[in-house]
Amino acid sequence: MTLPLLLQHLANALALGSLYALIAIGYTMVYGILRLINFAHGDVFMLGAYVAFYCVALFLLPWWASFVIAIVVTALMGVLLERVAYRPLRDSPKISVMISAIGASFLIENVAVVLFGGRPKGVAVPDILNVKLTLGAVSVMSVSLVIPICTFALLAVLLWVVGKTRTGMAMRAVSTDLDAARLQAIDVNRIISFTFGSGSLLASFGGILWSYKYPQLNPLMGVMPGLKCFIAAVIGGIGNIQGAVLGGFLLGAIELLTIAFLPTLTGYRDAFAFVLLIVVLLVKPSGLLGSRQVEKV
Amino acid sequence: MRPGRRHLLLSLAAGALFVVALALGDQFLDSFQLRVSSLCAIYVVLALSLNLVNGFTGLFSLGHAGFMAVGAYTCALLTMTPEQKEMNFFLAPVVPWLAHLSIPFLPALVAAGLVAALIGFLVGAPALRLKDDYLAIATLGFAEIIRVVLTNTQTLTNGALGLKGLPMYATTWVVWPCAALSVAFMVFLTRSSYGRAMKAVRDDEIAAGAMGVDVFRVKVVSFTVSSFMAGVGGALLGHLLTTIDPKMFTFMLTFNILLVVVLGGIGSITGSVIAAIGVTILMEVLRFLDGPLNFGLFETEARPGLRMVVFSLLLMAVVLFRQRGLMGNREFSWSMFSRAGLARREDGRA
Repeated sequence: MTLPLLLQHLANALALGSLYALIAIGYTMVYGILRLINFAHGDVFMLGAYVAFYCVALFLLPWWASFVIAIVVTALMGVLLERVAYRPLRDSPKISVMISAIGASFLIENVAVVLFGGRPKGVAVPDILNVKLTLGAVSVMSVSLVIPICTFALLAVLLWVVGKTRTGMAMRAVSTDLDAARLQAIDVNRIISFTFGSGSLLASFGGILWSYKYPQLNPLMGVMPGLKCFIAAVIGGIGNIQGAVLGGFLLGAIELLTIAFLPTLTGYRDAFAFVLLIVVLLVKPSGLLGSRQVEKV
Repeated sequence: MRPGRRHLLLSLAAGALFVVALALGDQFLDSFQLRVSSLCAIYVVLALSLNLVNGFTGLFSLGHAGFMAVGAYTCALLTMTPEQKEMNFFLAPVVPWLAHLSIPFLPALVAAGLVAALIGFLVGAPALRLKDDYLAIATLGFAEIIRVVLTNTQTLTNGALGLKGLPMYATTWVVWPCAALSVAFMVFLTRSSYGRAMKAVRDDEIAAGAMGVDVFRVKVVSFTVSSFMAGVGGALLGHLLTTIDPKMFTFMLTFNILLVVVLGGIGSITGSVIAAIGVTILMEVLRFLDGPLNFGLFETEARPGLRMVVFSLLLMAVVLFRQRGLMGNREFSWSMFSRAGLARREDGRA
């Protein structure tokens, strides 16, 4: 393989990994606080892309305005999802919460099929993101560079929020011990809503960028990325934000580079992540950056 | 008469009635109704197999579609005649050792179950070291891997094209006895020492371990048996629909079975049977929702997917408002009918 081609693949892997990272953060934050796989997270990602699409297609808004509207709307949907599907079951057995999550995911997907139609929709990519940048023999679309930049900027903001603000401190407290946090006069419900809101915001950010990079929408587009990004979060160590980002990049790189070097395996692309998941779960269940949790009797 | 003997007689009478009903149904129902009836029986088998791991052993497995796919493909490849195989595999010829293999349906059905059980064992042995949601996502992953492998092994499974023109072996007199056998098996299993060990593992793994139950072994056995039943169910489904392809066995299929189990009550055989029949019929009855709807004043255009919206809502409603489902973990027994005082109650049958 020639060097320019390798660089080309690396650029693509970087973009895909960034998208995975954006979604994986939402999984890891929710899991860190509620010990819950938010199965509907991938569908929130899909909703973000669709809302942005309809803002442009129906209301003829400029793309940046629809971007902002879609992110806000989707974040609110994430908060609503938690209110309706998860909060009533907070003290229920884990299995019930998980079934509720699966039900919510299917509900969103099928409502999307009914509302948006099952036929794939083409997205108009904004001109500024559709510029072909050429550097020597390597040429990439500008969107592939914008995606990692956005991801790192958002990651920096998120780490600042979690690490330096009072809300972030409360989030860490709730994730360490929910009941003890409540005793410290932390409004646990508000923190959980905030977590879902910010996780969904990142997911919809990822969804919209995804729709600019791979400009086609369908109601089930969130299923596979959703599962893969949960896997990315597990690989990085669930509950750990940097871990989720690391997992996302790793997964993106493994996926695209395997295909690049071993084209015969292209058909097995969707299986890589699952194989990786099973290996990680069996070898180091706490993930790369996670801390081991001891089960108490 | 002692209640035990009376209940036995009642059970025999109910069994005879069931056989008569099947015979009448087989005679007088049209082909569509028969198909729905067979689908009900297949869903009974599938729901029981999922309930065995989810409800009785407390392992949240989401990999059922994968084991069904293994069963369906095994059975189909074993029963198809060499000519049919040649017709199906037009892109690439089938592997030589399968090309001329063709065996009768019933041995093939058992083989389907055994192969699915073997895969279940191979998946379960590593995956069952995980718990709760990790187990769920790992089994889901295995099912997805199975599907991807089926899609890509062109010479073995005909890849994405699937297999068409399977013989319609899944008649009333095949599927309903399978369903009845599954129910009987589950009843005996749950009353055996193995069944009690499974429930102990479900209720408290650590306590069960402390009482001398080999927790991991019980889990693997439960998972393997459940895979066997799923494989048989998948094989029956394949031979009812007479066509299979990898797209059939997505997570959507597991969702349908999970819906049945949750609706019926996690950990109830009776519940699974009732819900399997109810949901299957409802799925057919509500099929009109996917077409154009006429509200008298106006007509909406066809909205495929509305039916699944109803079922997703149903699942969410059950989980949010009635987690026990239809039956909780109770079972049907004749003594449900005998009022207190009139007949001696039997207990400990749950």
